[in-house]
Formats: sequence, C-alpha cells, structure tokens
Amino acid sequence: MQTNFFRKIIFDEKSRSLLIQTLVIGLFALFIYLITQQTAYNLEKRGISSGFDFLHISAGYDISIRLIPFTSEDTHLRAYFVGLLNTLMIAVCGCFLATIIGFLVGIIRLSSNWLFRNIAYVYVEFTRNVPVLVQIILYYSILLNLPKIKQAIVIFDNFYLTNRGFFSPSPIFKDGFSIVAWSLVIAIIFAFFLKRFLKKIQEESGKQYPTFMINSAIIIFTPIIFYYIMGMPLEFDSPVLKGFNFKGGMVIRPEFLGMLFGLSIYTAAFISETVRSGIISVSKGQREASQALGLKSNFIMRLIIIPQALRVIIPPLTSQYLNLTKNSSLGIAIGYADLVHGFGGISLNQTGRAIEIMMMVMLTYLTISLTISFFMNLYNKSVQFKGNA
Amino acid sequence: MTKIKSLFISLVLTLGVSAAIAGSHGSTHDLVKDRGKLMCGSNTGLAGFGAPNDAGVWEGIDVDVCRAVAAAVFGDASKVEYVPTTSKVRFTVLQSGEIDMLSRNTTWTLSRDVDLGLEFVGVNYYDGQGFMVNKSLGVSSAMELDGASVCIQVGTTTEMNLADFFKANGMSYESVPVETNSEADAAYTAGRCDVYTTDASGLYASRAGYPDPSAHVVLPEIVSKEPLGPAVRHGDSEWADIVRWSLNAMIIGEELGITSANVDEMKSSKNPEVLRLLGVDAGYGAMLGLSDDWAYNILSQVGNYSESFEKHIGPNTPINIQRGLNALYKDGGILYAPPFR
Repeated sequence: MQTNFFRKIIFDEKSRSLLIQTLVIGLFALFIYLITQQTAYNLEKRGISSGFDFLHISAGYDISIRLIPFTSEDTHLRAYFVGLLNTLMIAVCGCFLATIIGFLVGIIRLSSNWLFRNIAYVYVEFTRNVPVLVQIILYYSILLNLPKIKQAIVIFDNFYLTNRGFFSPSPIFKDGFSIVAWSLVIAIIFAFFLKRFLKKIQEESGKQYPTFMINSAIIIFTPIIFYYIMGMPLEFDSPVLKGFNFKGGMVIRPEFLGMLFGLSIYTAAFISETVRSGIISVSKGQREASQALGLKSNFIMRLIIIPQALRVIIPPLTSQYLNLTKNSSLGIAIGYADLVHGFGGISLNQTGRAIEIMMMVMLTYLTISLTISFFMNLYNKSVQFKGNA
Repeated sequence: MTKIKSLFISLVLTLGVSAAIAGSHGSTHDLVKDRGKLMCGSNTGLAGFGAPNDAGVWEGIDVDVCRAVAAAVFGDASKVEYVPTTSKVRFTVLQSGEIDMLSRNTTWTLSRDVDLGLEFVGVNYYDGQGFMVNKSLGVSSAMELDGASVCIQVGTTTEMNLADFFKANGMSYESVPVETNSEADAAYTAGRCDVYTTDASGLYASRAGYPDPSAHVVLPEIVSKEPLGPAVRHGDSEWADIVRWSLNAMIIGEELGITSANVDEMKSSKNPEVLRLLGVDAGYGAMLGLSDDWAYNILSQVGNYSESFEKHIGPNTPINIQRGLNALYKDGGILYAPPFR
C-alpha cells in the first residue's frame, strides 16, 4: 500500500505535478515568511520603530495642489487621501486627453492626405521614442518660462497665463443653482430614452430622425432656460493680482499641466498605434461593402469600422491606461503632489516609516490598476462578438 | 526537475545572503578598518558644505568632518568615499549600512535621534531657517510675505517650520515643493516662487551661484533652530565616540590655537591639554581604539574648525558667511567642545 502511494507520486504525472506545485507554493510561502521575519528582526535590532500609528499624527507640512482641504495640522492619513485624489485626478484627465489625441492621430495616420499623415507619423515616432520623464520635464520647463506673475498674459480680461499657472474665474453657485443642475441631469436622462425610442421607430418604420441634433439641443437648452427662469443664480469670482499672487478665482498649476501634457502626449502616441492597427485589422471587404451600400463615409467609420476595430483596440488600450496611471508617479520630478510625492515622499521623510508607507503606496497602485482592468474588461466584453460566431 | 532544483538553490542563496547582511552589523570601526576607507554620506552638492570642486575632489565643512574621521582612523584624510545623498534617502542609506556616517547639513532633532535609529554626535554648524527674496520685490521682512509662493525642499524640517511660521503669523502661502537644491534654484530664478526658504547657510551657498548674487537678499528673520551635525547609526557607541571626538578635536584645536601650519611646533608646547590632544602624552588614542597621533593627523591634514570654516564658507569665500553663532564660546559664539582630558 505504502509503496503504491510513493510509486503513484513519482510515476503518475498528475500526482507528481501536484506534489511539485505544492512544494513550490510551500517554499514560496516560507520565503516570504522568512523575509518578513528577517526585516522585522533587522528593524528592531537597529532601533527603528515601526507600525501604523504615524497615520494619526499631524503631518506638519502643507500641500498646495489639493482637491480636499488640507492644512499642516491634518494627519498623515489625510495627506494620503490628498495624494491619492491628485493621482486619480491626473490619471483620469491624462487617460481622457490621451484617448482623444490617440484616436485622432490614429485616424489621421490612415488619412489619404500626405501632409497630415506624415505630421502624425513624425509626432508618433518622436514622442514614443523619447522617455516620458524627459518629456514631462521639457513641458514643465516650457511652462516655467511663461511670463512671470507681474507680466501675466491676459486672455478675455479675466484669464491669466503665467509661470505660476493658469488663473481663471471660479463659479459661485447661489440659491437655485441646484435646480439648473438637476434640469441638466433630467435632460440627459430624457435624451437617452428619446434616443432609444427614435431608434426603435427607425428599426420598425425605417424613418430616420436627426437624433444627435435633437438631443444636443435638449441637453444644451434645458439648463439655459432654467438658468434664466431661476434668475441667473451663478456669479464668477475673478482672480485679482494682490501683492505676490492672484487672489480669488481658480488656478491650474504648471506642475499639473506639465504632468498632463507629458503623460497624455506620450501615451497618445501608443494609443494612436493601437487605433491604427485596430482599423487596419477590419477587413477591406467591410469598407467596400458599406461603400457599395451607399453609406456616407462618416457613417462607415462610426457604424462599421470603429465597432469592429474596438475589439482589437480595447485590450492594448487598457494596458496604456495602466501605464499612464503608473507613470503619474513621475510627478515627483516636477513637484506634482501625487501619492508618491506627498505621502510616499514627505510623510515618509517626516516619519521614517519607509516599509509601511511603501506598502500602502504599492497596494494603492495595485488597487487602482486592478479597478481599471476590471472596468476595461467589462467594456471589452460588451464590444466583443456576440452569439456563437 | 532541474528547474525546481535551481529554484531551490537560488532560494537558499537568497536567504543566505539576507542572513549575511543582517549578521554583518558588528563594529562599524572594524568594518571601516577592514574596508580601508570610510563611506561618508554627503550632500548631492551644496557649495561650501559638501560639493565636488573643479577637479572633482569633494570639499566643504561637512566634507571636512568625514576627512577628520578618516584621518583619525587611517592617518590619511583622503581615504573617504563620498556617497551623495538627497534629503530624502539620507537616513535610509545610513540605517541600511551603506554608509558609515552621515555628514550632510542634517538637523539634529529629537525624533530623528530617537525614532529613526540614528545618533547625532555633535554640531558642526549652528544654522537657522531663513528666507531669500529678490530685491526688486521690495520686501524687508518675512512678516510681509503673506500670499507669496515659497520654494521648499521636500522632506526637511524646513517644510514644517515654514508651515508653523506662516500659521503662527496668520499668513497664507503657496508651497512649491522641489526635490533638490538645484531644482529649487531653478524654480526660484525662473520666478515660479517669490521666496526660497531653507537653512540660511544653504541660501548663502545658493546665492553665490546665481548670475547676479547682489539682486537677492536674505531676510533678517531666522525662524528656527537648525543645529547641523554628523550622525551615525544608533547602537554603536564606540564608533559614535570616534566621530564625536574627531569633530571635537577640530574645535579644541581652534580653542588651543593649533593650526595645520603650527601643529608640529605645538608638539613642544607647555600646555598639557595641547600635549594630550597631539598625543605627546600618550594614552588618549587607545581609549578610542585609535593610535595616539589621531588628533595630530586631523589637525595636520584637515586643520582646525576655524581653518575649515574660513576656507570653505567664511567672509573671504563666495559664500560669505560670518562666524556669528559658530564662533567659539569665548569669541561670542556658542561653539563649545567638552574638555580633552
């Protein structure tokens, strides 16, 4: 019986591979355990304190680029959230801009116009072959060479462009503005259902309506009408130069703009290649067939080519989004207060909790990346072939 | 199977190496002697304090502390390898054993001394945080800085002092965080910020490198205590003593009037403290585990504190700093070393 058991383990392929896999997992777990133990031992031996208590100590430093209020008296934990939001802000804005530029450039590269096609070609080859860090620093340096605060470039009286950022009036919402905002939400929902309804009519009767125009009009004019009905409940606070800086209004800092340009222009080059390959992957016959049916060229693109190209585009696009998000940690080079710069840099320095903080930062990036992957995979599923083709 | 085997071997090796790293923290003094050179954490480049000169040789008053320790341990001040550290990694580099000591305008604070596993062994420059602005702004006091944009090096005590100072005076500011000294210079000269704040010594050093140094003024307010000094790892008192007394030897050297020029004559001095310091009266070196001429080597090769100060940052250098607080206690400063006996 016993010999049988060993015999089985050694000679039966299935049991043998199971045994080996168990052993490998066991060794790996042991390895992780020993590393952790050793690190804890070393930290203790060198008299370095550890733990997560520091999260509740006040941070003691200020962060200028922030989406939620933060003062030096707030805790390191709050500094973490300020950094996290800044990372998400640059990631979202960057992905958005990169997608727009990427799709445009990708389509232009296939254009029949020699000049446009080659400009796009030069752009792609230049940006994707220069390290993104170099580009970020380049754009930031250009922004730093904008006029100084006292010589600001004035645009439309209330907008100011300086090397300290782009200053614009900020909206002040007064009583009744929420009704205007709600009217917009309702208009969008209404437009959505109207679109479905008109599509149904089209499918049944073949009658076409200018859905896009109708819906645009609904979405644009409804809030405007309510805005006047409510007595224009919106005012603007213009920035005014007082002393050293502009007071009032809103500002977009050059650190943010440098990151945004650097990341999105760089990533867009890769996205454009993805888009180009996606469009090329749709077989010529599809285009020719739709031309034969007499479809207009923008319909061909929108209804025939792009939906099929998306199947090829989405998976690599996802990895470009992930790259952009991770590259946002380069903000440290130009002082953009993202997660790595603020919490992973300044808090780390003030508290010395390198391992704890880096673990938190790593887990955060992991979570963000997995979330992006999750939603992109959902979207990918929705554009894949349906049925059992 | 060979794959599994090699994986196992690599596992064993990795574990062995990490155990070896952990086990190697014996006496730093022995480690340094065995290696034949001192690994000293320096600034990435701060003129007058720690920066390579035109010939690539490191110079400055922080660098001189490293050289003094090398002179004490090896009898040769040049046996130092400098590891440039940013303000961010400096402590980690020291904790991990990559360097033997840190001499890099680092402020001695309670939390760093106690919580980070470091030990500060003395003060080689009494500094304080100051503000520099362009003269054209017409600002004459830090109290007039409400609303200004302030360039600041991240991960420093300066950052916290800045927050406290503006808060205490009910003023607001925009912080422009930068990573290194040179980035701060770039942002400040480009006008990204109105004010550059760091230790006053750093401001003087930066200003000396600007195209037109006279266009910038360091404001009179000093808003913090910044005792800068060398640090070692916690828990190796023997090594801490060596670094501490190497610095003290330079200060005592100035007190007793021993310079690199007259150190040989001073050997025949009648002052018993001079004789003890220079090792003519034997026995003091052995207490530190060093040769008896250790302090002689420091003073002959590196010079006393005053020589180091005047050579690198004194009024006759581009940095142009007065002795001020850093004069000896008997000259109106607070520089004071315990007696050599």
